Amino acid sequence: MTVHTLTRMDTSTVGRWWWTVDKWILASTVLLIGIGILLNLSAGPPAAGRIHADTFHFVRKQMAFLPLAVLVAFLISLMAPVSVRRFAVIGFCAAAFLTFLTVAFGSDINGAKRWLSIGPIMQGQPSEFLKPFFAVVSAWMFSEHRMRENFPGNMIAGGLLLVVLAMLLSQPDIGMSTVVSAVWAAQFFMAGLPIFWVALIVVAGVSAIVGAYFVFPHVTSRVDRFLDPTVGDSYQVTQAMRAFQQGGLFGRGPGEGRVKEALPDAHTDFIFAVAGEEFGVFLCLLIVALFAFIVIRALTRAMREENLFVLLAVGGLSVQFGLQAMVNMASSLHMMPTKGMTLPFISYGGSSLVALGVVMGMIMALTRRRRDPEGRAL
Amino acid sequence: MIGVRSKRRPFLYPGEEVRPSREPKLKLHGTTKHAIETGRMRLIATAGLFGAAFLMISLRLVDLMVLNDETPAVYSRSHGAARSPMARADIVDRNGIIIATNLPTVNLYADTHEVPDAKEAATKLAATLTDLKHDELVRRLTSGQRFMYLRRNLTPEDQMTVNRLGIPGVYFEDSESRAYLHSSLFAQVIGNTDPDNHGLGGIEKSFDKQLAQGNTPLMLSLDVRVQSAVHETLAASIVRYRAVAGAAVVMDVHSGEVLAMVSLPDFDPKAMNAASQDERFNRSTLGLFEMGSAFKLFTAAMALETGSADLNSTYDTAEPIKIGRFTIHDDHPLNRRLTVPEILVHSSNIGAAKMALDAGTETQKSYLKKFGLLSQLELEVPERGTPQFPSSWRDVNTITISYGHGISVTPVHMAAAVSALVNGGTLYTPTLVRNATGEAPVGQQVISKKTSDSMRAMMRMIATVDGGTGRQADAAAKGYDIGGKTGSAEKVGARGGYSKSSNRTVFVSAFPISAPRYVVFVLLDEPHGTKETYNFATAGWNAAPTAGNIVNKIGPMLGVFPVGHDDNFAPLNTLMQAYSNGGGSDDYAKPVLVKAPTVAAPKTTAEPVTAEKPAVDPYGESDADAEEAPGGIGDLIGTLRTGGTGAAQ
Repeated sequence: MTVHTLTRMDTSTVGRWWWTVDKWILASTVLLIGIGILLNLSAGPPAAGRIHADTFHFVRKQMAFLPLAVLVAFLISLMAPVSVRRFAVIGFCAAAFLTFLTVAFGSDINGAKRWLSIGPIMQGQPSEFLKPFFAVVSAWMFSEHRMRENFPGNMIAGGLLLVVLAMLLSQPDIGMSTVVSAVWAAQFFMAGLPIFWVALIVVAGVSAIVGAYFVFPHVTSRVDRFLDPTVGDSYQVTQAMRAFQQGGLFGRGPGEGRVKEALPDAHTDFIFAVAGEEFGVFLCLLIVALFAFIVIRALTRAMREENLFVLLAVGGLSVQFGLQAMVNMASSLHMMPTKGMTLPFISYGGSSLVALGVVMGMIMALTRRRRDPEGRAL
Repeated sequence: MIGVRSKRRPFLYPGEEVRPSREPKLKLHGTTKHAIETGRMRLIATAGLFGAAFLMISLRLVDLMVLNDETPAVYSRSHGAARSPMARADIVDRNGIIIATNLPTVNLYADTHEVPDAKEAATKLAATLTDLKHDELVRRLTSGQRFMYLRRNLTPEDQMTVNRLGIPGVYFEDSESRAYLHSSLFAQVIGNTDPDNHGLGGIEKSFDKQLAQGNTPLMLSLDVRVQSAVHETLAASIVRYRAVAGAAVVMDVHSGEVLAMVSLPDFDPKAMNAASQDERFNRSTLGLFEMGSAFKLFTAAMALETGSADLNSTYDTAEPIKIGRFTIHDDHPLNRRLTVPEILVHSSNIGAAKMALDAGTETQKSYLKKFGLLSQLELEVPERGTPQFPSSWRDVNTITISYGHGISVTPVHMAAAVSALVNGGTLYTPTLVRNATGEAPVGQQVISKKTSDSMRAMMRMIATVDGGTGRQADAAAKGYDIGGKTGSAEKVGARGGYSKSSNRTVFVSAFPISAPRYVVFVLLDEPHGTKETYNFATAGWNAAPTAGNIVNKIGPMLGVFPVGHDDNFAPLNTLMQAYSNGGGSDDYAKPVLVKAPTVAAPKTTAEPVTAEKPAVDPYGESDADAEEAPGGIGDLIGTLRTGGTGAAQ
């Protein structure tokens, strides 16, 4: 991978970053961000119209958060693995504390306390940040457990999971809880959990989902509606299906979509449907391909790692990133019950965007080449 | 190193500090290697799972967006591309101009099970669609129906606004609505449709099935341009003569095709619900009127045809006829013997009555029957009148019917019968549908060509000689040679019996009278005298000039030339030749111009007058036509005029 823009002689921090960072992941992420801007321009104005804001309200907000997210991603990607770990530990504590505050004092939006208002304008969803930091922290704990005899890393990771889940479920945020649990389970699996335990965790996960179905009424309702669309309000997914069908091969053309006017969540949870309707199947396949590429590329980069912590951290972060994309797209396509989950870098959402900056920053930091072809440390 | 230290943790190598991360490779090489290998295997498995998941999403995308031909039932909320049950074929005029068509529209409906808050939804909707009432909306939205129309035919703007309200359970249904592009021009004859696109009257009703099933436009014999000219002229006359109503029909004498049919007052089909009974009433097909003196044409034709009289026979009109308690007078008595032409020109009731008595009651009855004047109108609309006449037909009836009283028929009856009088004697069934087969229509020979020629000559005299009641028609036609007969009948008053103060006037005419192609019928209901008419309100003063005006307007449209036009104007001839050779690309103008040759050769038993015309000269319609000379109408009129005027002086 020869790059001449900044030569290898360039030993500045940025110069070193440039020729060690994985440019495939970088390029794919930039492309995703570009598609995100395009779709936000399309889906943002009708959503703004619905809340009687000015036409480009959401576009402007997203464009304000974007540089912040890019900056965060860049700064984090400069870090060495050990710095990433320290940063994640501190970040985890801070995010956990803030999430605790949301449960205690947060504002109730759509029946859930997920948001924290700092001052009149700043609003944030700390659990978005809790997610990646927790993945890195648990990666550390799992790797320490394997690396150091008699170190109860697994126990600590498990305990932290319970604390995080307790906070998330009291919001309640089933989607986030599911993702966090799934990522944790995936990392545990990658850390070499015996197959018997893997099976047990799968059973536990399925039981938890079934349990959620019976315990939380809104989960019950969503699943019922998925299984039988004629029961109750399947409005959003019905409209999304029509949008995809309308789109066909080449789409109705930019700005020509109708679903964004009919769907309240067209700029967030159902933005994939907007992409399908206006730009057709090719853009949708490109989006799927980009997500798949980033996830698989990050995972294969992690495979070359000698450091178990890095392997588990990249694995966890990639799984989290990929899972979020997968769940969002599968929900829009009516392959699973609708789940309030954003499509990374594409859906509207300030906190989510900056948190994704953190995720990609950490993935890029951890997937940077740390050895030259001769095996010398860089 | 947060949370790592533990007091209970045993030290495997006493004295050694627990700082394994400093040099993990040396101390735990085996463990590390094993853990890393397991981790890699598990990463591959994870990557594989993700790959599979994303592949499934891709397949689902392709399946849904590309391979999916049919919308699954649960997703389909509106009618797809399939032919909507509301679809309906167009109705076009004889030149293919659209009269009625379907436009895509959108209906708003609700699945009331899905509306979370009916009151809120109603408030929002009522604020947007101002013609909807809040309480009515609440009633509909709480009806529990899974399909409940809230409003039909939303404009795109309304649709967008309602869509933006984002009310769950409120949906749009693609639909079609009938559009009448000429507003009220064809009101009664075309009729309209209900919101479900079923025909409610006129052509829409009689061709309901065909229109609902087919995609091929229904081509009518009507001509938008002629209809428009007739509509405009009649409306102007109603205003000018302060009449309460009117009707007019233009018919092709060689096929019975109706080119224009107007009944005023009329209505805008879009607002048919608001139309009064009177406005919906098609006077041309359903209205039964006593045609008055215009009926004398049939009396004369019968007398000539049966031979009970010839053109030189005279009848004494000096004395009124007394029969029972009735006395028959002439309006403008000449108190002398009149020839048959004079009886028509001066519209003598006594003369007509005597002619009819000469021929006999049964003859009169059978001839009127032959002309189709005693049976229900045959036409492709549901609104068809059945003539009214006395069930027991006695002498007194024979007398009154001879001058058009005591029998009432529809304007289309008159147009069809007079067509037979002037076209060489063939009666065609009136029709509103254009004959697209190219086959000549089949008619029934009711009088001889000789009688027909005589009738044309006398009709021309009525419009031209001194004292002729149709002179104003000829004047108004401005060069188009027109022939016709007036008729004025007092309206039957509220107490029965005729009212002196209100009457109906008609003028039935044919043009060009030398080789008739079209019959123009005009009826005015309760016209009044004006300063210009010296306060006269009889047919010659209002209905006749109206018909003349119509002829003057539609003549050019129908390719009829005024008398004395220059046949040898070379540039025009070249142009017309090009058109008649099919060289014209203007489909609009073409049918009119090629019309003449078509008309020139109908395969009827009686040779119509125009059959003598060369096909290459479709525009040679003037009196001066060489073909007309031997025994033509010019000679005939000449003879009659000398005799007639001589007797009058």
